Amino acid sequence: MSQPVKINARTITKDEYFYGHKACGGCGESLALRLALKVIGEDAYLSLPAGCMAAVSFIYPNMAFKQNAIITPFASTAAVATGVAAGLKALNKNKLSVGFAGDGGTADIGIQALSGAIDRGEKFIYICTDNEAYMNTGIQKSGLTPFGASTTTTPAGKVIRGNVKPKKNMFEIVAAHGIAYAATASVGYLEDFMMKVQKAKEANGPAYIHVFSPCPTGWGHESDKTIEIAKEVVDNGLWYLAEFENGKFKLNKTPKLDSDVRLYLNAQSRFKHLTDDDIREIEALREEKWERLIKEWS
Amino acid sequence: MSRNAFLNGNEAVAYGVKLSRPNVVAAYPITPQTKAVEKISSFVQNGELDCEYMHVESEHSAMACSIGASSVGARTFTATSSQGLLYMAECLPYASGARLPIVMMNANRSLATPWNIYGDQMDTMFLLNSGWVQIFVEDAQEALDVTIQSFKLAEDVRVMAPVMVNLDGFVLTHTYEKVSIPSQEAVDQYLPPFKPSAHMMNDEEPMSMCITAGNQHNMEFKIKQHQELFNALHVFEEIDHSFNEKFGRSYGGVLEGYQNEDADYLLVTTGSVTGTARVVVDELRSKGVKAGIIKLRVVRPFPKEAMVRSVAGAKAIGIIDKNISFGYEGTIYTNVNSALLQRGLNLITLNFIGGIGGRDITKQNIEEMFEKLSTVSTSEAVDAVSYYNVRCSL
Amino acid sequence: MKDFKRVPVPTLERLDQYPLGSSCKSFHITDMNAGWRVFKPVIDKDKCVACYRCYLVCPDGAIHQSEDGKFEIDYDYCKGCGICANECKVKVIEMVKEAK
Repeated sequence: MSQPVKINARTITKDEYFYGHKACGGCGESLALRLALKVIGEDAYLSLPAGCMAAVSFIYPNMAFKQNAIITPFASTAAVATGVAAGLKALNKNKLSVGFAGDGGTADIGIQALSGAIDRGEKFIYICTDNEAYMNTGIQKSGLTPFGASTTTTPAGKVIRGNVKPKKNMFEIVAAHGIAYAATASVGYLEDFMMKVQKAKEANGPAYIHVFSPCPTGWGHESDKTIEIAKEVVDNGLWYLAEFENGKFKLNKTPKLDSDVRLYLNAQSRFKHLTDDDIREIEALREEKWERLIKEWS
Repeated sequence: MSRNAFLNGNEAVAYGVKLSRPNVVAAYPITPQTKAVEKISSFVQNGELDCEYMHVESEHSAMACSIGASSVGARTFTATSSQGLLYMAECLPYASGARLPIVMMNANRSLATPWNIYGDQMDTMFLLNSGWVQIFVEDAQEALDVTIQSFKLAEDVRVMAPVMVNLDGFVLTHTYEKVSIPSQEAVDQYLPPFKPSAHMMNDEEPMSMCITAGNQHNMEFKIKQHQELFNALHVFEEIDHSFNEKFGRSYGGVLEGYQNEDADYLLVTTGSVTGTARVVVDELRSKGVKAGIIKLRVVRPFPKEAMVRSVAGAKAIGIIDKNISFGYEGTIYTNVNSALLQRGLNLITLNFIGGIGGRDITKQNIEEMFEKLSTVSTSEAVDAVSYYNVRCSL
Repeated sequence: MKDFKRVPVPTLERLDQYPLGSSCKSFHITDMNAGWRVFKPVIDKDKCVACYRCYLVCPDGAIHQSEDGKFEIDYDYCKGCGICANECKVKVIEMVKEAK
């Protein structure tokens, strides 16, 4: 097996495959897409559901992707992507099919099609760009909205302050299918993310990458802080970098579990209502999660 | 050489699919369509059909996978019924708007609730506005032939639209008949491999598909789709002719008139009930009653001109609907009336609703329908909509 | 390297000029995003160490390496989000208020 070339800003292609899109300034999701495409290459076939990235990239007559690309029904990213893969295979075209969907399109409405597609074992890549709410429709709670976050359907009310449930565990749900390759990533660690996209590309079967992608509009942070926030969330352990390969989990980075989560939370207006008790709850969830991850995956 | 076999409607479709050499089949099982997908999968598993068979987890994904496969130029088939058809409903206008030549068999079945697995045509009428060509077949031979024809129709550059082939659940899907299976060589000559259209994703000039068109352009996209769907009418007539030349079977094109030319009383039928109606017409004709049938084969696009031409001389027309548009009347009745009125034909039309949830439409029912047509006069006050073979007083 | 050309807006006076289906050529870019900016990033090219960081982190891909190895901004598509300035390791990108 050949060792993958080290992937970084200098080694990826200088060509741009995602240009002139209408995503908000500082959009983490569009950055994840842009860099993933540089690793995936020009001849891949892309499937994206109705959501932010489709809404900003296919507005007739402006098409922002250089590759072949199709908007899918909301629930159908993985179904259309595997349909594309099957069509290409049947026509003897050796091309990669890649699906990109957000958190709602992946963990909520698209989870059935994703499960079916992974179960069929067809070679394709699925990248979930997680910005923790339905942003395209105006910041409503999804299954990947974190505990405490205020969204337009989980506002910081007088009785219930924000979202009361922690994030659905998509990475392990996907891994439980026995998938060829799965990983979590963050736009705060771009080389790590690109390296994982490369591994997904080389995987012998379906591959899934879940990339944490801040949304300045939905999270209420300055548009220039996208990378900083996505790095901090990994450093403080509220998000994690991990892989599932050859049936085994692996942690890529150990966070500082005694760090103050306020540095991360206070930078975003979606958390500004949180009380000290709420923050202690977030820290407790972090502790509980890491106790298990370290025990099981280290 | 063609050969004869004893097949039910589902199997006949499966043979039609096999002979059409699809690149991808993505299907989810549902009664009464199951025998069709079982047969197709056995063809694939036995190496008799070289295609990618996708075992999808739902009908929604069956159509979404079909959209994906067709969007790269693969010849694609799927099959469903009833609840499954409605579950994939979101994806139907999606496929037609994208101008993808997917062919789908639909086993016409009742819709819940109350639950029922038997045949009526409520499912497909629900989706008349989906932008799909909708064809109804009468028997297993027609099911096989129309399956092959549907790929040719869908893939014709003038049409470039998905096609739904409708078979009445159980009555047609599960009833065995002698069917002539054309040779692979003959079908290969008649239906060559699909040459992908330039609007599909390809390596030479990458395309963006299923794009957004806002209020500035959306209406023009939709009108273009609507206008071009009408091409399916004359292309289907052409296909009926060319198929007849090649295989020696014609079905009359968008509709088939049976004893209609001098008929006073006509029944408009879709699907398998036509067979029963033919027997009744033969008997009535032997008694001197000028009865006839218009077998409506293509319901979308609606063959308005052909319909008007075929019924013009009649005194009264009865439209059999195996569906109810709740709160109005049978769907085909509305469509036929609209066509006649637009051409100034002020004929007496009655709506005969029957066959709901698998209820038989018997020979006697059809005799009663003709009886009603022959006794009704313009001056008579009748309820235009009536129901047949009902168990209780209404 | 900036490697695409903006194309003209298609003429759409008759229905047959509309595309078949809901398809359009990929990378069919007819307009710009320049009007979005409130602040514009300005790279001090003399002090730029060409570390590739700004190029890597731009969500719009609007920072390109020029022939001299330094980086320059495609102001037709830069939205002025400021990530490049915030992430610049040598702090030589300044966000300057756009003149209105």
